[in-house]
Amino acid sequence: MAEHEVYFASEAQMRRYKAQKIITQVLLYGFLTIMGLFIVIPFYYMIITSFKSTDAYNLEVQHGQLNLLLTSSNFSFEQYGKVMGKSGDFGTFYLNTIYTAVVSTAFTVVTSVLAAFAFARVNFKGKDLIFTILLGTMMIPGEMMMITNFQTTMALNWKDTFAALIFVHGVSVFYIFYLRQTFQQIPNELFLAAKVDGYGHFAYLWKCMIPIAMPTIVTIMILSLMGAWNAYIWPQLVASGKHPWLFGKNVHDMHLVSNGLMSKFQSTEFASDDPAKVTGSLFATIPLFIFFLIFRKYIMRGVSRSGIKG
Amino acid sequence: MANLKERNEEVVVTANGSAVLQTPYIDAVTNKGYLDVKQHKWIMPEWLKGWIALIPALIFLIVFMIYPIINSFMISFINNFYWVGGSNSSLAIVNFIASRANTRSSIVQSFGIQNYVNIFKDQLFWQALGNTGLIVIVEVPLTILVGLIIAVCLHSIKPLQGFYQTVFFLPYVTNAIALGMVFNVMFSDGSAGLFNTLIGWFGINPVNWLGASASKWSMFFVIVVYSIWNGIAFKILVFMSGLSTIDKQYYDAARIDGASKFTIFRRITVPLLSPQILYITVTSFIGAAKSYSQIIALFGAGPVNFGGTDGTRWITIVGFIYKYMQSTQESALGRAAAGSVILLILILLLTLVQFAVSKNRVHY
Repeated sequence: MAEHEVYFASEAQMRRYKAQKIITQVLLYGFLTIMGLFIVIPFYYMIITSFKSTDAYNLEVQHGQLNLLLTSSNFSFEQYGKVMGKSGDFGTFYLNTIYTAVVSTAFTVVTSVLAAFAFARVNFKGKDLIFTILLGTMMIPGEMMMITNFQTTMALNWKDTFAALIFVHGVSVFYIFYLRQTFQQIPNELFLAAKVDGYGHFAYLWKCMIPIAMPTIVTIMILSLMGAWNAYIWPQLVASGKHPWLFGKNVHDMHLVSNGLMSKFQSTEFASDDPAKVTGSLFATIPLFIFFLIFRKYIMRGVSRSGIKG
Repeated sequence: MANLKERNEEVVVTANGSAVLQTPYIDAVTNKGYLDVKQHKWIMPEWLKGWIALIPALIFLIVFMIYPIINSFMISFINNFYWVGGSNSSLAIVNFIASRANTRSSIVQSFGIQNYVNIFKDQLFWQALGNTGLIVIVEVPLTILVGLIIAVCLHSIKPLQGFYQTVFFLPYVTNAIALGMVFNVMFSDGSAGLFNTLIGWFGINPVNWLGASASKWSMFFVIVVYSIWNGIAFKILVFMSGLSTIDKQYYDAARIDGASKFTIFRRITVPLLSPQILYITVTSFIGAAKSYSQIIALFGAGPVNFGGTDGTRWITIVGFIYKYMQSTQESALGRAAAGSVILLILILLLTLVQFAVSKNRVHY
């Protein structure tokens, strides 16, 4: 609320006003702290549990006494060994996910920028019709496309390949739409000036539009990377086995972080090993957290402006 | 282009004998390619440039988006549709013709509404529909209300505002599967769970929250708590950016009139925030209608488990679609396709109803 001058009729009224103000502040901060704790507790619990050995945790459970503090008596790196080791195999999940995220983001950005440029700056017949059709598809739930895409993937022999992970969701109408709006805000005079200087369309795109639209492009990159990191349903469908042709053998596990976590830690190996499960979750969370801390401003601004869940 | 004539244009005869307009503004003559004799190069027509830029995206959009929508829609209207993984074409119509040609096949495909009839006879579908409805009705208003209250409180503090805002944003950058598994452990039964330990401090006996024999409503409680935790970040962010655009004079004027805090909230904050509220409501309803990952992450123990003894206690529409999509059972795919069409209709209806209801209440 705005700072404002307040005048009081009497000393008592002023005191009452000040007391009220303090109480309001205490209530506000109290409420926000409680809600903040609700948000933070799962993270805290994740961290302390990851440092407990399975035996120590089971012992705590047997005695009905969860230790909610990190003490030297129960401190152990047992879970970290499991998660990164052969049975947990998180190293492979990381590599797969990073590779998929980076390549698919690069692919998405290139195709989206080109398409948005065509929609925003180039005149040709049928442009508006295509754009309207694409906008219309944004309402349609992805599950409907997934049914046929799954078949297409199988027919193309793309199961357990990176191609299925990268190309099937490689182009997003939303990103094209978002970029087009940014491109359209760039004044037309700039385009005409560039033409006089002898720039063609693509030179103009490369030398003028992309630098000007860079904040939007970075936002799209971040959203796309985050989306790739958190993707679960599609990887679970097409990337849950071994890679069919890497090194000529079916040796490379194709799981990404989310579906690897789900299938290894929630269903099979560690289904009844709670600390291992929680540590696996921690490993799926930490890289994105670091990413968030570095790009905090970009992410928060980008998300509130674009308004989607990545 | 209307004022083209005003520029000093000249007619140039090109190498192939045709005359073209040439102006100092080289491709002001749009949409026609021409050969520039002086520079020995061919200037591409504008429409070709447009298509070259559009084609990469368009190919993938057509193959993986436009075609699947049409194809899935068609599958939902083919009786006894079956698809042998990998061996047949993904084109529904090709499968359809192949099945007609193959007289030895015991399954005859034909157009009709058999899939929808099957779905409406399917107990599981009604369960999924009911569950999804409950999740939508309870979860969305709760999350929006809590998010709105937090955003308003957050907006009215000064010190530490940025810190709190970052804290409340944290769930957005986490993996729904990973945190679902953490909630699964936090809500373990007996004394193992953190939550049971917490309520134990208040003398409440441990509850079996998510186990196979847990009650429907204890599971629902955990689903709602996790959904609020998971969904609140985005809503707070959007409300905060909406609140920062409200003119402070409204509040000052209201305070001079002696309005109470609640009246200010109801009469000023909510109406002025109504575009953001509508936007969040529409997106949250769609999101909640498509609940899937959070729920299977919560229950775990099996690749696809929705709780209960048979693993379908809290199955959702999307869960139903995926269950049939991956099933090897004949005609399962048709049911999945029909389910997805029904989901589409539900989402369209929800959105239309909200726009109709909000027509007189949203102030832009």
